[in-house]
Amino acid sequence: MQQALQGLRVIVTGGTSGLGLALVSALHAAGARVGFVARTTDRVAEVEWLHGGTVGVVGDVSVKQDIHKMAVQLLGRLGGVDVLINNASDLGPTPLALLGDTQCEDFERALQTNVLGAFRVIKALLGSLTASAREGRGALVINVSSDAAVNAYAGWGAYGASKAALAHLTKVWNEELASQGVRFLALDPGDMDTPMHAAAVPDADRASLKRPETAAREFIAAMVDLLPQPIPNAAVSRKAS
Amino acid sequence: MIAADKPIRAADAKLLHVAADGSIHHGLRTDLVKLLHRGDVVVANDAATLPASLHGMHERTGAPIEVRLAGRGASAMNAFVAVVFGAGDYRTRTEDRNLPPTLLEGDVLALGPLQAVVVSLLYHPRLVSLRFMASTAALWEGIARHGRPIQYAHVGQSLELWDVWTAIAGPPVAYEAPSAGFALDWRTVAAMRGKGVKFATLTHAAGISSTGDPVLDARLPFDEPYYIPETTAVAIDTARTANRRIVAIGTTVVRALEHAGNDGVVAAGPGVANQRIGAADRLRVVDAIVSGTHEAGTSHYELLRAFVDDSTLQRADAELEAHAYRTHEFGDSILVERRLALPDSAWTTGSRRRESASRLLAQVGAK
Repeated sequence: MQQALQGLRVIVTGGTSGLGLALVSALHAAGARVGFVARTTDRVAEVEWLHGGTVGVVGDVSVKQDIHKMAVQLLGRLGGVDVLINNASDLGPTPLALLGDTQCEDFERALQTNVLGAFRVIKALLGSLTASAREGRGALVINVSSDAAVNAYAGWGAYGASKAALAHLTKVWNEELASQGVRFLALDPGDMDTPMHAAAVPDADRASLKRPETAAREFIAAMVDLLPQPIPNAAVSRKAS
Repeated sequence: MIAADKPIRAADAKLLHVAADGSIHHGLRTDLVKLLHRGDVVVANDAATLPASLHGMHERTGAPIEVRLAGRGASAMNAFVAVVFGAGDYRTRTEDRNLPPTLLEGDVLALGPLQAVVVSLLYHPRLVSLRFMASTAALWEGIARHGRPIQYAHVGQSLELWDVWTAIAGPPVAYEAPSAGFALDWRTVAAMRGKGVKFATLTHAAGISSTGDPVLDARLPFDEPYYIPETTAVAIDTARTANRRIVAIGTTVVRALEHAGNDGVVAAGPGVANQRIGAADRLRVVDAIVSGTHEAGTSHYELLRAFVDDSTLQRADAELEAHAYRTHEFGDSILVERRLALPDSAWTTGSRRRESASRLLAQVGAK
């Protein structure tokens, strides 16, 4: 795995907590050039400091005005992107609520983050992703999905519906851009012991939950399966300035 | 022509086609792919546009200023060449903008969260080299958060970055949008593939198109770095070997490819385009260009003179005018095919240069 990710440029949204943080750590350890986004300045600085050489950017994927500001910094500092992992997610109401008790604003926030946020990040990075594909480096977008996108669970309506929309968008993106060499994949990491899960189900038995590090390893294995090996020109950093 | 004053990619945008035989045709930009041939290689500039306009204050005098980044300095990552304006913003036409306060070496410019020092003056009261006092991370963050896209008075509303990024925008290295690329959307790119047209990109750090000062404008375009991916160079050379056409989307692509292909073979990798292209130059790589519409006298227009003779360009201008094409970066488009080649001996650079020089003299004399 060490060899497989050397020089690969990966961007992770929601990279300072839960699965996102586990992905940043594992990708960084495997030699990838990692960029990540999160909302809290101090957390971004801390995670960047703990993972020397990573590119941390402060921003909120649910805010339209933030997207291109994040993209400028990520693309400017990484030089491009081969893999995007849309991991930043919003639960909707916390603690979880029945749909009849769900405030519209909570549902809207889940849609803004999980559906429109991911869509906007993909659009802003699409030029770079397709460039990677044309250069034979491979290009991949992984959207973090959920069991709740497929099955109907009481209390998971807002989150589940947003993730179902994201999963469907993933399929259409893949259909439209397969010919350009960009692959799109929705992956369900399973129930993990993360701050988000604790917010959703405060009294869950944590010992029964998957560790995010395990899910991160599974994600990386799926990534490696879909990318050309070895990555061409991995050592050549792409610069026009 | 009419100024396109809104940052939209009009669905009914027009396309003027100047064919290789000199004939001129009107069409829709959505039909661009119909004018391409199987085996053509279309090359576009995938540079994304920086928010390169930074408002702030000249600390020594307290005067408000606008700094427009125009190029990277050679000495360091945080060094730039910049054009400095005085008080005011894009709503004033650039040529009417105030000069900045007198700039001296060592002056500090406070630009939102960033501070820059004037390192040297570049032979003009508006043109300086700057060094930002910031880490790479802080510099990117400062530019991303405080900067605005460079814009001109003909577009009234304040531009956002998404207005000036093309559909294929990748590395943020351009100071103004490589706007010919607004002709491309993903539907068009997919249609190229369906027709057997190869789509390729390079990255060219397009500089600013106007400084508001005729002396400075006469020096445009400045030197511009570019990067040509190996796959693009291979696609071009394969196509040329097979006598297929190279279609450039925009003047920056022509400039990069002709620079990199000076000896007839396009070299992959980084380079700096430092040449001007005009009527005297023989194109070695590019067979056709898709461009916005430009006014005579601009460097963009000069470059078109390398593709076709002046009388054809003048006929094209008349058609653009008569059919109310829209000009500037969000306007309509033209596709200009290189005039069918004359026997090689007639095209030697020297004779064309002489021919064009005498024509220019004749024009000057006529005025």
